[in-house]
Amino acid sequence: MRLDISGLSVAVAGQRLVHDVTLTAGSGRLIGLVGPNGSGKSTLLRCVYRALRPAAGTVHLDGTDLHALTAREAARLLAALPQEAGTDFDFTAAEVVAMGRLPHQRGSGRPSAADRALCDRALARVGAAHLAERGFLRLSGGEKQRVLIARALAQEPQVLVLDEPTNHLDIAQQLDVLALVRDSGLTVLAALHDLNLAAVHCDELHVIADGRIVASGPPHDVLTAELLAEVFGVRAHRVRHPETGAVQLLFDRLPAA
Amino acid sequence: MARPVRTLPLAVALAAVLAGSLLCGTALGAAGIGWPQVLRYLGAGLTGGTIRPDEVAAYTIVWELRFPRAVLAAVVGAGLSAIGVAVQALVRNALADPFVLGISSGAAVGANAVLLFGTLAALGVWALSVAAFASALLAMVLVYAAARTAHGLTPMRLVLTGTAMYYGFSAITTLMVFTADRGESARSAMMWLLGSLSGAGWGSVPIAGLAVAAALTHLLLSAGRLNALAMGDETAAALGVDPERLRRELFVVAAAATGAVVAVSGAIGFVGLMVPHATRMLVGADHRRVLAVAPLLGAVLLVWVDLLSRVLMAPVELPVGVITAVIGVPCFVLLMRRRRYTFGGGA
Repeated sequence: MRLDISGLSVAVAGQRLVHDVTLTAGSGRLIGLVGPNGSGKSTLLRCVYRALRPAAGTVHLDGTDLHALTAREAARLLAALPQEAGTDFDFTAAEVVAMGRLPHQRGSGRPSAADRALCDRALARVGAAHLAERGFLRLSGGEKQRVLIARALAQEPQVLVLDEPTNHLDIAQQLDVLALVRDSGLTVLAALHDLNLAAVHCDELHVIADGRIVASGPPHDVLTAELLAEVFGVRAHRVRHPETGAVQLLFDRLPAA
Repeated sequence: MARPVRTLPLAVALAAVLAGSLLCGTALGAAGIGWPQVLRYLGAGLTGGTIRPDEVAAYTIVWELRFPRAVLAAVVGAGLSAIGVAVQALVRNALADPFVLGISSGAAVGANAVLLFGTLAALGVWALSVAAFASALLAMVLVYAAARTAHGLTPMRLVLTGTAMYYGFSAITTLMVFTADRGESARSAMMWLLGSLSGAGWGSVPIAGLAVAAALTHLLLSAGRLNALAMGDETAAALGVDPERLRRELFVVAAAATGAVVAVSGAIGFVGLMVPHATRMLVGADHRRVLAVAPLLGAVLLVWVDLLSRVLMAPVELPVGVITAVIGVPCFVLLMRRRRYTFGGGA
């Protein structure tokens, strides 16, 4: 399913943090959103998964206006992994995954046999079947992220929105998470902190600064030394990954002006 | 945490225990009435049977005093426990209980106006409940208006506003107790503040029962949404739940049910805080299971607590709140130490 964001502006507490953003994620593509802290990545994503309403502009899924749907209808099409501190409640991993069925259920949300089978498959797909009865709060960062991806898969969406899914993970876990997301086959819009991970894994990057998209395109076209100096305030050297040929970056401080 | 106890067998067992507890609550008391008579009077009361003229006094104790009181204790215990679950999800705080929203202290103002100054005397026996409920609703409106922002009701603001209002209302109550005539009326006020079911009769059962049943039904139907809300507002939104709307619903349901329960029983502490936690230790955090078990557990607990409150130092009645603390605190600490239970990120 194709995700079209067009002319989107988002305001929080009366302050406009995202200005006139237009971008498209083609069906099954992994689209990265990069930018320095406070550039508006999360605000933009929050509006896409409907935690915020747009001040102007639209989000369309294959031509359907996302914000014209009910919250439940929207959640059946689009799942998200928000960047959230987490919960105080001691749910099991299986219970967390089962929450993904909520937009498909009526009444008290009692899971059917089909729901449970679907959740089991989702956990197995992310290699976390053995974690089902473990307490979510006691899982490692990587295990938690797997379980949350399983919850998103159990939601049976067409589009997946990820807000810094690799935060606080060790490097092997970061690579695992991005591989899982890639293998899901869904249309993915992900805010990523690590530019080198973004360069390797994303089909296309959008660079956001001060709430505006300042560059878009394939990673090797977008991640230029000039742009990195201007947007991130670093001096960057571009090198080629010796095996994949993907562009990779080495960073230094910018010389004092 | 893996669930140590299966939910359905536990709920069935608790329902059976509750039935037994109601019987004990009816059969035991200062006036020694034998089990066979108690059962016969209960049968007569339930089915409209007949009794002998010389049994009227004992029948009245069983059918008009003890049984409705035990039933009301069950209703109040179930209500406080369910409200506790709702409020903890509402403010996403482990220390929240039905009273953290300031509703009960608001109810106390109305109740004490009746107890100390005879306000609403025209309403007779209803004056206390009506005044308590009305001032609870007024407190609810005040807390809601003060806590509301452009982003709806945020958990922290609710807790802070509720706590601030609690102190405000308590100050008014204290002032009233100080300025009122000393003696029995101040004692009644104290009794009410610590909770008591001594005023129970069939008159108070239907309204409290209906309010608790309505609140519990709404909560059970919202169990899935409560789970989503417990994971955070952002996650809730991504799962198709409007967190602000759900919090508004929970606030109104919890506040109205608190008002109805507090109006007939005073401010019984501890139950609404601890029963939800004890339930989570048994069946895990899933609100479908918690809401199936917590009301039963709370009902059983309060029937026994009320029974103890009237027999321990008979004919003097102890405040229920004292006994909930004496029984509840050690049980709770024991449970917490035995199970690995996490709520609040700690150990």
